[in-house]
Amino acid sequence: MPGAVLHMQRCLASVERGFLTLKESIGDPVVEMRDITVKFPGVIANDNVSVDVYSGEILALLGENGAGKTTLMNVLYGLYRPDAGRIRIHGEQVQINTPNDAIRLGIGMVHQHFMLIPPFTVAENIVLGVEPVNAAGKLDMDKAIRDVEELSNQYGLVVDPRANIDDISVGMQQRVEILKALYRGAEVLILDEPTAVLTPQEVDELAAIMRSLVHQGKSIIFITHKLREVIAISDRVAVLRRGKCVGTGETKNTTAEELAQMMVGREVVLSLEKEPAKPGDTVLRVENLHARSGRNLPALRGVFFDVKAGEIVGIAGIEGNGQSELVETLTGLRKSTSGHIYVNGIDVAHNQPRALIEQGVAHIPEDRQNRGLILDFTVAENFILRNYYKSPFARGINLDYRKVQAHARDLISEFDVRTPHENIPVRSLSGGNQQKVVVARELSSEPKLLIASQPTRGLDVGAIEFVHKRLLAQRDQGKAILLVSLELDEIMSLSDRILVIYEGQIVGEMAASEATEGELGLLMAGGHGKRGLDTERSERSGQYGQQIQEPLRTHVKPIS
Amino acid sequence: MANTDNKFKNPSGHTLSLSREQAVELFIPVVAVLIALVLGALLILFIGKSPLTAYGALLKGSFGSKRDIAETLINVTPLIFTGLSVAFSFKCGLFNIGAEGQFIMGQIVAAWIGFSLTGLPTVIHMPLAFLAGALAGALWAALPGYLKAKLGVHEVINTIMMNYIALYFSHYLVMGALKEPGPIPQTPPVVEAARLWRILPGTRLHFGLILALGAVWLVYYLLFKTTLGYEIRAVGINPHAARYGGINVSRDIIIAMSISGALSGAAGAVQALGVQFRFLDLFGFVGYGFDGIAVALLGRNHPFGVLIAATLFGTLARGAITMQSIAKIPKQIIGIIQATIVIIVAADEVLRRILKSKSVATQDVVEAGEVGSDGD
Ligand SMILES: Nc1ncnc2c1ncn2[C@@H]1O[C@H](COP(=O)(O)OP(=O)(O)O)[C@@H](O)[C@H]1O
Ligand SMILES: [Mg+2]
Repeated sequence: MPGAVLHMQRCLASVERGFLTLKESIGDPVVEMRDITVKFPGVIANDNVSVDVYSGEILALLGENGAGKTTLMNVLYGLYRPDAGRIRIHGEQVQINTPNDAIRLGIGMVHQHFMLIPPFTVAENIVLGVEPVNAAGKLDMDKAIRDVEELSNQYGLVVDPRANIDDISVGMQQRVEILKALYRGAEVLILDEPTAVLTPQEVDELAAIMRSLVHQGKSIIFITHKLREVIAISDRVAVLRRGKCVGTGETKNTTAEELAQMMVGREVVLSLEKEPAKPGDTVLRVENLHARSGRNLPALRGVFFDVKAGEIVGIAGIEGNGQSELVETLTGLRKSTSGHIYVNGIDVAHNQPRALIEQGVAHIPEDRQNRGLILDFTVAENFILRNYYKSPFARGINLDYRKVQAHARDLISEFDVRTPHENIPVRSLSGGNQQKVVVARELSSEPKLLIASQPTRGLDVGAIEFVHKRLLAQRDQGKAILLVSLELDEIMSLSDRILVIYEGQIVGEMAASEATEGELGLLMAGGHGKRGLDTERSERSGQYGQQIQEPLRTHVKPIS
Repeated sequence: MANTDNKFKNPSGHTLSLSREQAVELFIPVVAVLIALVLGALLILFIGKSPLTAYGALLKGSFGSKRDIAETLINVTPLIFTGLSVAFSFKCGLFNIGAEGQFIMGQIVAAWIGFSLTGLPTVIHMPLAFLAGALAGALWAALPGYLKAKLGVHEVINTIMMNYIALYFSHYLVMGALKEPGPIPQTPPVVEAARLWRILPGTRLHFGLILALGAVWLVYYLLFKTTLGYEIRAVGINPHAARYGGINVSRDIIIAMSISGALSGAAGAVQALGVQFRFLDLFGFVGYGFDGIAVALLGRNHPFGVLIAATLFGTLARGAITMQSIAKIPKQIIGIIQATIVIIVAADEVLRRILKSKSVATQDVVEAGEVGSDGD
């Protein structure tokens, strides 16, 4: 409904708040998107959005999940035809109907999910479709490799052109995607949530690459929902909320708080206020735990730690270092090969999931769609997934759907789950609300121990704030919480104590108040931290009467 | 969150909502039947007959008289049971192709209990024989269920093999231990006390129909009103989440297969106790079990859907005979109509795609577009 005029007013309103200042110093914009509207059945994904991109700048496109960022960029890249709006490139009105049109206009896009062909080499992937040919009309692979090397030197995007895509890290694959776009002559590069898949160190490297690209005159549109990255990396920022552009301006004139508020539409507490923990009795104790992965390789190789009532213990680590196996073993979903798990002093290492639920162990699984929820069940049915067999829901063989629905309505209002009613499939809820269903179910079970694995993965700022507050509230009620997360920020802000997991062992432990990102990052990558386990080992092995294997010396990898 | 569902609250407080998706669920079987009937009509035209006469004969044969209606319902009864059987296994994520074998086992065991015991009152003998047939089917299905749950052996393979074992095993029994003295390979007749009551005077319609309707309600209740049904549906949709929920997935697989088998066994039992009054040697599979797969598919694996689908299939089967004798139209046309329905329902993914609108179309564009850009 609101037309262009209203849009301007909204932006002018932002000026008065001191944020928006139009960029005029740099000259004409490279890309002008004007009044773009894209409608999907039931949603207006973009509602009169106008965004400019200038040459030599990094524009951050900020917004919660579902705000319409990807949609807007898919319009620019010729994947979606907008229902209304105009696009000008270098001042000239253009019609972008296909990605080929976009590429011809110098627009390149790196999607959230990479589009590489795994068995091919880096160079083959980069030149695919625009391969250099020799005089005989044959593919000139040597030239392709030279081209790639040249390009990668020019922008500091180090890759091995001969490596297979299969064999290189996700961070490297992303570079290949960027090179692919540059090879096709991209002047404006769209990166859709590029940092979502990266470690903190890789994020820094990507930021450096982006800087180098804009120094050489490229423009970058950088999609993210992480405020810190906007502040650290971008020159200008455009904020989308529910399909509308709610403000654009220079990054240096704004703050994370202000951006968060624009993005969510209300005041957001970014830094968690938390009281110091008052740890009580040990609730969970893990001793020399070993387990194998799904591919039958050793995944946990002698894990020791404990979690006390009233504290949050965070496990930091890079993906694939045994976190998933640890959580599965602790919740009865995976068999341990040896070792002990004590919950309230009882060894539960060989218990089935049901027995652990009965012990008061709640579990927020990392994969809510495949494990945490039954997507085709209703919201109400999902709320009872772990206690449907108990009173008041079960009466004899019957399931009392009245009680189930009443319970659901209670939880929906208590946890503010956005759903039209409790009898629709949970599949139709947004990701954040699906996670709220899981969180509500697990917290309402009055657990003694809560194991939360990636509890905010894929959630937006508002939902993250919600989950974090709930976890802290549980802690303050004296619950023991084990938090496993790949987000270092989350670990650092929520935990009272931080453990670092590396190749199936706990290689470091520190109080969260003393932890630094650099130190944790180093430990996560397998290097020595200032406070490794060396000083603690004698004490710990005494405590548990067990010999801890050499976790550090045997697995140190050189750090480049 | 946009919600365009039409919501109805029924007195029990259970919300019945007919979403777009559910409308599509209903829509496809109906469309399939219509397309099949039109195709059948074209075929009839093609062989130079009148579709109107043909379908008229079909209807007359199925519903023309009290006796016709009774015969139609006799056809429908076992299909309800086998349809429920296959649907129930589907609900637990299992594909019970062994309904046929379970049907045979139910039939022969019910006949055996029916003729071998004497002197029991009807109220004991009839239910005993019926339940024995159901139990035989249950055990016949429990074995592949057990192998699936404990060893991960796929139930499709095992239930198919169990079909053949059942066929030849029944052959062996009816030629030997259970054979009636005389030249014909069949069991002795089921005693009067074990026979299912006739429920429509002057026809063969028997109490099995009431049992089948009871089974529809029972399966509905079990699936949607009990904790066991909750578990079984959970396992069927997502066994990982079910296990996370503390559900014993292996146990539920065995239970679901057993219940599924019991329903097929019951189908065999009502045939033995209500129609044939003995077990006659089989020269091959009778097909009620296999038709059960089609019925479950057309009925969308829902007990009420199964009831409707079984009625349709039973009617077509009955009507085919009169169509052939009165209108001189080969009854294979009906086979083609049934097959067409099954193919369309089975291939409904294709239809769904056609029915979906911009949201998916644009998604397709994303994929196609990406390939395009790579191939530039
Ligand atoms: N192909 C599509 N069909 C239907 N709805 C879509 C489609 N793509 C996106 N949407 C909807 O449009 C909105 C914006 O989505 P998107 O642009 O992906 O958000 P973002 O990238 O900011 O997370 C969401 O509500 C999403 O569900
Ligand atoms: Mg997106």
